[in-house]
Amino acid sequence: MSDAKTVTDASFDTDVINSEDTIMVDFWAEWCGPCRAVSPILDQIAAEHSDKIKIVKLNVDDNPQIAAKYQITSIPAMKVFRGGEVVKTIIGAKPKAALENDLADYLA
Amino acid sequence: MRQIIIIGSGPAGFTAAIYAARAGLQPLLIASSVEAGGELMKTTEVENFPGFPDGIQGPELMTKLQEQAEKFGTEVLLDDVTAVDFSGDIKKISTGYSGEFEAQAVIFATGSAYRKLGLEDEERLSGRGVSWCATCDGFFFKTKTIAVIGGGDSAMEEATFLTRFAEKVYLVHRKDSLRASKIMQERAFANDKIEFVLNSAVVGINGENSVESLTLENTVTGETSQLDVQGLFVAIGNDPRTHLVHGQLDLTAAGTIAVAGRSSKTNIAGVFAAGDVIDDTYRQAATAAASGTVAALDAEHYLAGLAEAGAIAELREAEHEVSLVEAVASRR
Repeated sequence: MSDAKTVTDASFDTDVINSEDTIMVDFWAEWCGPCRAVSPILDQIAAEHSDKIKIVKLNVDDNPQIAAKYQITSIPAMKVFRGGEVVKTIIGAKPKAALENDLADYLA
Repeated sequence: MRQIIIIGSGPAGFTAAIYAARAGLQPLLIASSVEAGGELMKTTEVENFPGFPDGIQGPELMTKLQEQAEKFGTEVLLDDVTAVDFSGDIKKISTGYSGEFEAQAVIFATGSAYRKLGLEDEERLSGRGVSWCATCDGFFFKTKTIAVIGGGDSAMEEATFLTRFAEKVYLVHRKDSLRASKIMQERAFANDKIEFVLNSAVVGINGENSVESLTLENTVTGETSQLDVQGLFVAIGNDPRTHLVHGQLDLTAAGTIAVAGRSSKTNIAGVFAAGDVIDDTYRQAATAAASGTVAALDAEHYLAGLAEAGAIAELREAEHEVSLVEAVASRR
Protein backbone atom coordinates (compact mmCIF):
# COMPACT_ATOMS: atom_id res chain seq x y z
CA MET A 1 0.00 0.00 0.00
CA SER A 2 1.19 3.45 -0.81
CA ASP A 3 2.31 5.85 1.92
CA ALA A 4 1.05 8.83 -0.08
CA LYS A 5 -1.46 11.07 1.64
CA THR A 6 -5.10 10.66 0.59
CA VAL A 7 -7.05 13.76 -0.40
CA THR A 8 -10.82 13.99 -0.80
CA ASP A 9 -13.55 16.22 -2.22
CA ALA A 10 -13.75 17.79 1.24
CA SER A 11 -10.03 18.29 1.84
CA PHE A 12 -9.00 19.28 -1.69
CA ASP A 13 -9.02 23.05 -1.13
CA THR A 14 -6.95 22.82 2.04
CA ASP A 15 -4.58 20.08 0.93
CA VAL A 16 -4.03 21.06 -2.69
CA ILE A 17 -5.49 24.40 -3.81
CA ASN A 18 -4.33 26.47 -0.84
CA SER A 19 -1.07 24.63 -0.33
CA GLU A 20 2.22 26.48 -0.73
CA ASP A 21 3.93 23.35 -2.03
CA THR A 22 4.10 21.88 -5.51
CA ILE A 23 1.62 19.03 -5.31
CA MET A 24 0.94 16.24 -7.77
CA VAL A 25 -2.48 14.63 -7.45
CA ASP A 26 -2.69 11.01 -8.59
CA PHE A 27 -6.29 10.36 -9.71
CA TRP A 28 -6.84 6.63 -9.37
CA ALA A 29 -9.34 3.84 -8.66
CA GLU A 30 -9.23 0.34 -7.20
CA TRP A 31 -10.43 -1.25 -10.47
CA CYS A 32 -7.76 0.39 -12.63
CA GLY A 33 -4.82 -1.98 -13.22
CA PRO A 34 -2.43 0.61 -14.67
CA CYS A 35 -3.13 2.83 -11.60
CA ARG A 36 -1.93 0.05 -9.30
CA ALA A 37 1.12 -0.51 -11.50
CA VAL A 38 2.23 3.11 -11.47
CA SER A 39 1.55 3.72 -7.77
CA PRO A 40 4.87 2.34 -6.39
CA ILE A 41 6.78 4.35 -9.02
CA LEU A 42 5.07 7.54 -7.86
CA ASP A 43 6.03 6.63 -4.27
CA GLN A 44 9.67 6.34 -5.35
CA ILE A 45 9.61 9.69 -7.13
CA ALA A 46 7.98 11.31 -4.09
CA ALA A 47 10.62 9.84 -1.78
CA GLU A 48 13.53 10.89 -3.98
CA HIS A 49 12.28 14.44 -4.50
CA SER A 50 10.47 15.13 -1.23
CA ASP A 51 11.92 18.66 -1.07
CA LYS A 52 10.50 19.54 -4.50
CA ILE A 53 7.15 17.87 -4.89
CA LYS A 54 4.49 16.21 -2.77
CA ILE A 55 2.39 13.44 -4.25
CA VAL A 56 -1.14 12.82 -2.96
CA LYS A 57 -3.84 10.39 -4.08
CA LEU A 58 -7.48 11.02 -4.93
CA ASN A 59 -9.79 8.04 -5.37
CA VAL A 60 -12.17 8.98 -8.21
CA ASP A 61 -14.79 6.48 -7.02
CA ASP A 62 -15.08 8.13 -3.62
CA ASN A 63 -14.55 11.72 -4.77
CA PRO A 64 -16.61 12.33 -7.91
CA GLN A 65 -16.82 16.13 -7.48
CA ILE A 66 -13.12 16.84 -7.84
CA ALA A 67 -12.76 14.20 -10.59
CA ALA A 68 -15.59 15.90 -12.53
CA LYS A 69 -14.25 19.41 -11.84
CA TYR A 70 -10.92 18.53 -13.44
CA GLN A 71 -12.66 16.63 -16.26
CA ILE A 72 -10.92 13.36 -15.56
CA THR A 73 -11.89 10.84 -18.25
CA SER A 74 -8.84 8.61 -18.21
CA ILE A 75 -6.84 7.21 -15.32
CA PRO A 76 -4.24 7.10 -14.02
CA ALA A 77 -4.16 10.87 -14.46
CA MET A 78 -1.57 12.94 -12.63
CA LYS A 79 -1.97 16.68 -12.29
CA VAL A 80 0.67 18.99 -10.86
CA PHE A 81 -0.72 21.97 -8.91
CA ARG A 82 1.11 25.17 -8.07
CA GLY A 83 -0.65 28.05 -6.37
CA GLY A 84 -4.01 26.37 -6.92
CA GLU A 85 -3.54 26.02 -10.67
CA VAL A 86 -2.88 22.94 -12.78
CA VAL A 87 0.53 23.42 -14.39
CA LYS A 88 1.04 19.93 -15.81
CA THR A 89 -1.11 16.91 -16.70
CA ILE A 90 0.19 13.41 -17.31
CA ILE A 91 -2.13 10.69 -18.59
CA GLY A 92 -1.46 6.97 -18.30
CA ALA A 93 0.99 4.70 -16.50
CA LYS A 94 4.58 5.26 -17.65
CA PRO A 95 7.98 3.94 -16.58
CA LYS A 96 9.86 5.98 -13.98
CA ALA A 97 12.28 7.58 -16.45
CA ALA A 98 9.40 8.80 -18.64
CA LEU A 99 7.56 10.27 -15.64
CA GLU A 100 10.71 11.98 -14.39
CA ASN A 101 11.18 13.41 -17.84
CA ASP A 102 7.59 14.72 -17.90
CA LEU A 103 8.11 16.21 -14.44
CA ALA A 104 11.60 17.61 -15.11
CA ASP A 105 10.52 21.23 -14.59
CA TYR A 106 9.16 20.45 -11.13
CA LEU A 107 11.87 18.13 -9.83
CA ALA A 108 14.90 20.31 -10.61
CA MET B 1 25.50 -15.13 -16.23
CA ARG B 2 22.07 -16.70 -16.37
CA GLN B 3 21.07 -19.69 -18.40
CA ILE B 4 17.86 -18.06 -19.58
CA ILE B 5 16.14 -14.70 -19.48
CA ILE B 6 12.53 -14.18 -20.57
CA ILE B 7 11.46 -10.72 -21.72
CA GLY B 8 7.71 -10.15 -21.38
CA SER B 9 5.05 -11.01 -18.82
CA GLY B 10 1.94 -11.98 -20.75
CA PRO B 11 0.65 -15.56 -21.08
CA ALA B 12 3.58 -16.42 -23.41
CA GLY B 13 6.28 -15.10 -21.06
CA PHE B 14 4.86 -16.64 -17.89
CA THR B 15 4.13 -20.01 -19.50
CA ALA B 16 7.69 -20.10 -20.86
CA ALA B 17 8.83 -19.30 -17.31
CA ILE B 18 6.77 -22.15 -15.83
CA TYR B 19 8.37 -24.64 -18.22
CA ALA B 20 11.90 -23.24 -17.91
CA ALA B 21 11.66 -23.10 -14.12
CA ARG B 22 10.37 -26.68 -13.90
CA ALA B 23 13.36 -27.68 -16.06
CA GLY B 24 15.59 -26.26 -13.33
CA LEU B 25 16.84 -23.32 -15.41
CA GLN B 26 15.99 -20.69 -12.74
CA PRO B 27 14.76 -18.15 -15.30
CA LEU B 28 14.77 -14.41 -14.82
CA LEU B 29 11.59 -12.88 -16.24
CA ILE B 30 11.78 -9.16 -16.98
CA ALA B 31 8.17 -8.05 -16.71
CA SER B 32 8.24 -4.26 -17.38
CA SER B 33 7.69 -1.61 -14.72
CA VAL B 34 4.14 -0.49 -15.48
CA GLU B 35 2.76 -3.03 -17.95
CA ALA B 36 3.52 -6.26 -16.09
CA GLY B 37 0.94 -8.90 -16.94
CA GLY B 38 0.43 -7.54 -20.43
CA GLU B 39 -2.76 -6.99 -22.32
CA LEU B 40 -4.93 -9.20 -20.12
CA MET B 41 -4.44 -6.75 -17.24
CA LYS B 42 -6.82 -4.43 -19.07
CA THR B 43 -9.53 -6.97 -19.80
CA THR B 44 -12.38 -8.12 -17.62
CA GLU B 45 -13.92 -11.58 -17.90
CA VAL B 46 -11.87 -14.15 -19.84
CA GLU B 47 -14.27 -16.92 -20.88
CA ASN B 48 -12.14 -18.86 -23.35
CA PHE B 49 -9.03 -19.79 -21.39
CA PRO B 50 -9.19 -23.58 -20.92
CA GLY B 51 -9.78 -24.81 -17.40
CA PHE B 52 -11.96 -21.97 -16.13
CA PRO B 53 -15.57 -22.98 -16.88
CA ASP B 54 -16.94 -19.98 -14.96
CA GLY B 55 -14.50 -17.57 -16.60
CA ILE B 56 -11.77 -15.68 -14.83
CA GLN B 57 -10.86 -11.99 -14.62
CA GLY B 58 -7.88 -11.12 -16.85
CA PRO B 59 -5.77 -9.63 -14.01
CA GLU B 60 -6.51 -12.64 -11.78
CA LEU B 61 -5.41 -15.05 -14.52
CA MET B 62 -2.12 -13.18 -14.86
CA THR B 63 -1.58 -13.18 -11.08
CA LYS B 64 -2.09 -16.96 -11.05
CA LEU B 65 0.31 -17.48 -13.96
CA GLN B 66 2.94 -15.43 -12.13
CA GLU B 67 2.42 -17.41 -8.90
CA GLN B 68 2.80 -20.64 -10.82
CA ALA B 69 6.03 -19.42 -12.47
CA GLU B 70 7.46 -18.20 -9.14
CA LYS B 71 6.52 -21.41 -7.36
CA PHE B 72 9.09 -23.28 -9.47
CA GLY B 73 11.85 -20.73 -9.06
CA THR B 74 11.26 -17.96 -11.61
CA GLU B 75 12.60 -14.59 -10.54
CA VAL B 76 10.32 -11.75 -11.69
CA LEU B 77 11.87 -8.32 -12.22
CA LEU B 78 9.59 -5.26 -12.53
CA ASP B 79 11.78 -3.23 -14.83
CA ASP B 80 11.90 -2.25 -18.50
CA VAL B 81 14.35 -3.61 -21.04
CA THR B 82 15.98 -0.64 -22.74
CA ALA B 83 18.34 -2.43 -25.14
CA VAL B 84 19.41 -5.92 -26.19
CA ASP B 85 22.61 -7.16 -27.81
CA PHE B 86 22.21 -10.60 -29.37
CA SER B 87 25.39 -10.45 -31.48
CA GLY B 88 27.57 -12.77 -29.38
CA ASP B 89 27.19 -16.20 -27.82
CA ILE B 90 26.40 -14.41 -24.57
CA LYS B 91 23.22 -12.36 -24.96
CA LYS B 92 23.21 -8.97 -23.22
CA ILE B 93 20.12 -7.21 -21.91
CA SER B 94 20.10 -3.68 -20.48
CA THR B 95 17.34 -2.48 -18.15
CA GLY B 96 16.14 0.90 -16.93
CA TYR B 97 17.18 0.60 -13.29
CA SER B 98 18.61 -2.85 -12.63
CA GLY B 99 21.71 -2.73 -14.82
CA GLU B 100 22.81 -5.21 -17.45
CA PHE B 101 22.11 -8.93 -17.53
CA GLU B 102 23.73 -11.75 -19.46
CA ALA B 103 22.25 -15.04 -20.53
CA GLN B 104 23.01 -18.02 -22.72
CA ALA B 105 19.45 -18.03 -24.08
CA VAL B 106 16.69 -15.44 -24.36
CA ILE B 107 12.96 -15.81 -24.92
CA PHE B 108 11.51 -12.66 -26.41
CA ALA B 109 7.77 -12.36 -25.64
CA THR B 110 7.01 -8.64 -25.65
CA GLY B 111 3.53 -8.95 -27.16
CA SER B 112 1.93 -6.08 -29.00
CA ALA B 113 0.90 -2.48 -28.49
CA TYR B 114 -2.43 -0.78 -29.18
CA ARG B 115 -2.71 0.60 -32.67
CA LYS B 116 -3.64 4.25 -32.97
CA LEU B 117 -5.97 5.75 -35.55
CA GLY B 118 -3.19 8.09 -36.65
CA LEU B 119 -5.38 11.20 -36.61
CA GLU B 120 -4.13 14.68 -35.86
CA ASP B 121 -6.31 15.31 -32.82
CA GLU B 122 -5.99 11.84 -31.33
CA GLU B 123 -3.01 12.70 -29.13
CA ARG B 124 -4.33 16.12 -28.15
CA LEU B 125 -7.65 14.67 -26.97
CA SER B 126 -6.19 11.55 -25.39
CA GLY B 127 -7.31 11.57 -21.77
CA ARG B 128 -9.95 14.09 -22.82
CA GLY B 129 -12.37 11.58 -24.25
CA VAL B 130 -10.02 9.43 -26.37
CA SER B 131 -9.14 6.19 -24.59
CA TRP B 132 -7.52 2.81 -25.21
CA CYS B 133 -8.63 1.19 -21.95
CA ALA B 134 -12.36 0.60 -21.46
CA THR B 135 -11.91 -1.04 -18.07
CA CYS B 136 -9.92 1.97 -16.82
CA ASP B 137 -11.99 4.77 -18.26
CA GLY B 138 -15.53 3.49 -18.87
CA PHE B 139 -16.52 4.74 -15.40
CA PHE B 140 -16.13 8.36 -16.53
CA PHE B 141 -18.74 8.02 -19.27
CA LYS B 142 -21.80 7.38 -17.12
CA THR B 143 -24.91 8.43 -19.05
CA LYS B 144 -22.73 9.70 -21.92
CA THR B 145 -22.76 8.76 -25.60
CA ILE B 146 -19.59 7.17 -26.85
CA ALA B 147 -18.13 5.35 -29.85
CA VAL B 148 -16.01 2.21 -30.02
CA ILE B 149 -13.90 1.86 -33.16
CA GLY B 150 -13.09 -1.61 -34.48
CA GLY B 151 -14.61 -4.88 -35.65
CA GLY B 152 -12.77 -7.55 -33.67
CA ASP B 153 -13.35 -9.33 -30.38
CA SER B 154 -11.83 -6.55 -28.33
CA ALA B 155 -14.11 -3.96 -29.93
CA MET B 156 -17.18 -6.14 -29.16
CA GLU B 157 -16.00 -6.76 -25.61
CA GLU B 158 -15.33 -3.08 -24.98
CA ALA B 159 -18.64 -1.97 -26.49
CA THR B 160 -20.56 -4.50 -24.38
CA PHE B 161 -18.61 -3.58 -21.23
CA LEU B 162 -19.12 0.14 -21.81
CA THR B 163 -22.92 -0.20 -21.92
CA ARG B 164 -22.68 -0.65 -18.13
CA PHE B 165 -21.88 3.05 -17.95
CA ALA B 166 -22.80 4.80 -21.18
CA GLU B 167 -26.28 5.76 -22.32
CA LYS B 168 -25.45 4.74 -25.87
CA VAL B 169 -22.51 3.09 -27.61
CA TYR B 170 -21.91 3.40 -31.35
CA LEU B 171 -19.77 0.63 -32.77
CA VAL B 172 -17.99 2.09 -35.78
CA HIS B 173 -16.28 -0.22 -38.25
CA ARG B 174 -14.74 0.36 -41.69
CA LYS B 175 -16.25 -2.73 -43.29
CA ASP B 176 -19.77 -4.14 -43.57
CA SER B 177 -18.88 -7.32 -41.71
CA LEU B 178 -17.16 -7.94 -38.39
CA ARG B 179 -14.03 -9.95 -37.67
CA ALA B 180 -15.17 -10.79 -34.13
CA SER B 181 -16.14 -14.29 -33.02
CA LYS B 182 -19.80 -15.24 -33.35
CA ILE B 183 -20.57 -15.29 -29.63
CA MET B 184 -19.11 -11.80 -29.14
CA GLN B 185 -20.98 -10.42 -32.17
CA GLU B 186 -24.28 -11.88 -31.02
CA ARG B 187 -23.83 -10.44 -27.55
CA ALA B 188 -23.21 -6.99 -29.01
CA PHE B 189 -26.13 -7.28 -31.50
CA ALA B 190 -28.48 -8.27 -28.67
CA ASN B 191 -27.55 -5.22 -26.60
CA ASP B 192 -30.12 -2.41 -26.94
CA LYS B 193 -27.59 0.28 -26.10
CA ILE B 194 -25.25 -0.63 -28.97
CA GLU B 195 -25.84 0.77 -32.43
CA PHE B 196 -23.70 -0.44 -35.33
CA VAL B 197 -22.29 2.11 -37.76
CA LEU B 198 -20.69 0.01 -40.49
CA ASN B 199 -18.78 0.94 -43.65
CA SER B 200 -17.54 3.98 -41.78
CA ALA B 201 -14.03 5.22 -41.12
CA VAL B 202 -13.15 7.85 -38.53
CA VAL B 203 -11.39 10.68 -40.35
CA GLY B 204 -11.60 13.37 -37.69
CA ILE B 205 -11.97 13.81 -33.94
CA ASN B 206 -13.51 17.14 -33.03
CA GLY B 207 -13.62 19.14 -29.80
CA GLU B 208 -11.92 22.10 -28.18
CA ASN B 209 -11.06 20.74 -24.72
CA SER B 210 -12.71 17.35 -24.93
CA VAL B 211 -14.21 15.06 -27.56
CA GLU B 212 -17.48 16.46 -28.94
CA SER B 213 -17.94 14.61 -32.21
CA LEU B 214 -16.35 12.41 -34.84
CA THR B 215 -16.18 12.97 -38.56
CA LEU B 216 -16.98 9.73 -40.34
CA GLU B 217 -16.40 8.87 -43.96
CA ASN B 218 -18.57 6.27 -45.62
CA THR B 219 -16.12 3.79 -47.09
CA VAL B 220 -18.53 2.93 -49.95
CA THR B 221 -19.94 6.31 -51.01
CA GLY B 222 -17.17 8.60 -49.70
CA GLU B 223 -19.75 10.85 -48.01
CA THR B 224 -18.78 12.41 -44.69
CA SER B 225 -21.00 12.86 -41.65
CA GLN B 226 -20.80 13.96 -38.02
CA LEU B 227 -21.41 11.67 -35.07
CA ASP B 228 -21.90 13.41 -31.72
CA VAL B 229 -20.08 11.54 -28.96
CA GLN B 230 -18.29 12.52 -25.76
CA GLY B 231 -15.94 9.57 -25.73
CA LEU B 232 -13.97 7.47 -28.19
CA PHE B 233 -12.53 4.03 -27.44
CA VAL B 234 -10.05 2.78 -30.01
CA ALA B 235 -9.90 -1.00 -30.51
CA ILE B 236 -8.57 -1.37 -34.05
CA GLY B 237 -5.92 -3.95 -33.33
CA ASN B 238 -2.34 -4.19 -32.20
CA ASP B 239 1.16 -4.01 -33.60
CA PRO B 240 3.90 -6.42 -32.51
CA ARG B 241 6.36 -4.78 -30.14
CA THR B 242 9.68 -5.31 -31.93
CA HIS B 243 11.53 -1.98 -31.63
CA LEU B 244 14.16 -3.51 -29.29
CA VAL B 245 15.27 -6.08 -31.89
CA HIS B 246 15.19 -4.07 -35.13
CA GLY B 247 18.36 -4.77 -37.05
CA GLN B 248 19.07 -7.87 -34.98
CA LEU B 249 16.17 -10.25 -35.55
CA ASP B 250 14.50 -10.91 -38.90
CA LEU B 251 10.91 -9.74 -39.18
CA THR B 252 8.08 -10.97 -41.40
CA ALA B 253 6.16 -8.82 -43.88
CA ALA B 254 3.48 -8.45 -41.20
CA GLY B 255 6.03 -6.97 -38.81
CA THR B 256 6.19 -9.94 -36.45
CA ILE B 257 9.47 -11.64 -35.51
CA ALA B 258 10.24 -14.39 -38.04
CA VAL B 259 10.59 -17.88 -36.57
CA ALA B 260 11.46 -21.18 -38.24
CA GLY B 261 8.35 -23.25 -39.00
CA ARG B 262 6.36 -24.22 -35.94
CA SER B 263 9.34 -23.57 -33.68
CA SER B 264 10.25 -20.41 -31.75
CA LYS B 265 13.74 -20.18 -33.30
CA THR B 266 14.69 -16.75 -34.64
CA ASN B 267 17.55 -16.14 -37.06
CA ILE B 268 19.95 -15.93 -34.10
CA ALA B 269 20.93 -19.13 -32.26
CA GLY B 270 19.90 -18.93 -28.62
CA VAL B 271 17.21 -16.30 -29.19
CA PHE B 272 13.64 -17.56 -29.19
CA ALA B 273 10.39 -15.63 -29.68
CA ALA B 274 6.86 -16.40 -28.50
CA GLY B 275 3.34 -15.02 -28.23
CA ASP B 276 1.77 -12.06 -30.03
CA VAL B 277 5.17 -10.76 -31.12
CA ILE B 278 5.36 -13.69 -33.60
CA ASP B 279 1.63 -14.01 -34.27
CA ASP B 280 -0.60 -11.58 -36.11
CA THR B 281 -3.26 -14.20 -36.83
CA TYR B 282 -4.61 -15.89 -33.71
CA ARG B 283 -3.54 -13.65 -30.83
CA GLN B 284 -5.31 -15.52 -28.02
CA ALA B 285 -4.22 -16.03 -24.42
CA ALA B 286 -4.27 -19.80 -25.03
CA THR B 287 -2.22 -19.63 -28.25
CA ALA B 288 0.28 -17.30 -26.56
CA ALA B 289 0.61 -19.75 -23.66
CA ALA B 290 1.20 -22.59 -26.12
CA SER B 291 3.76 -20.50 -27.96
CA GLY B 292 5.57 -19.82 -24.66
CA THR B 293 5.68 -23.57 -24.06
CA VAL B 294 7.31 -24.14 -27.45
CA ALA B 295 9.91 -21.45 -26.76
CA ALA B 296 10.83 -22.89 -23.35
CA LEU B 297 11.25 -26.39 -24.82
CA ASP B 298 13.33 -25.05 -27.73
CA ALA B 299 15.51 -23.06 -25.31
CA GLU B 300 15.90 -26.06 -23.02
CA HIS B 301 17.06 -28.16 -25.97
CA TYR B 302 19.46 -25.43 -27.07
CA LEU B 303 20.98 -25.15 -23.57
CA ALA B 304 21.34 -28.92 -23.32
CA GLY B 305 23.24 -28.82 -26.63
CA LEU B 306 25.54 -26.07 -25.30
CA ALA B 307 26.17 -28.06 -22.12
CA GLU B 308 26.98 -31.17 -24.15
CA ALA B 309 29.32 -29.25 -26.47
CA GLY B 310 30.97 -27.73 -23.40
CA ALA B 311 31.45 -31.16 -21.81
CA ILE B 312 32.98 -32.58 -25.00
CA ALA B 313 35.37 -29.62 -25.31
CA GLU B 314 36.46 -30.09 -21.68
CA LEU B 315 36.99 -33.78 -22.27
CA ARG B 316 39.09 -33.07 -25.37
CA GLU B 317 41.14 -30.55 -23.45
CA ALA B 318 41.71 -33.07 -20.67
CA GLU B 319 42.71 -35.75 -23.20
CA HIS B 320 45.05 -33.28 -24.85
CA GLU B 321 46.73 -32.54 -21.51
CA VAL B 322 47.10 -36.22 -20.77
CA SER B 323 48.71 -36.84 -24.16
CA LEU B 324 51.12 -33.94 -23.59
CA VAL B 325 52.10 -35.35 -20.22
CA GLU B 326 52.59 -38.76 -21.82
CA ALA B 327 54.66 -37.27 -24.62
CA VAL B 328 56.90 -35.46 -22.16
CA ALA B 329 57.20 -38.60 -20.04
CA SER B 330 58.17 -40.76 -23.06
CA ARG B 331 61.03 -38.37 -23.96
CA ARG B 332 62.68 -38.81 -20.63
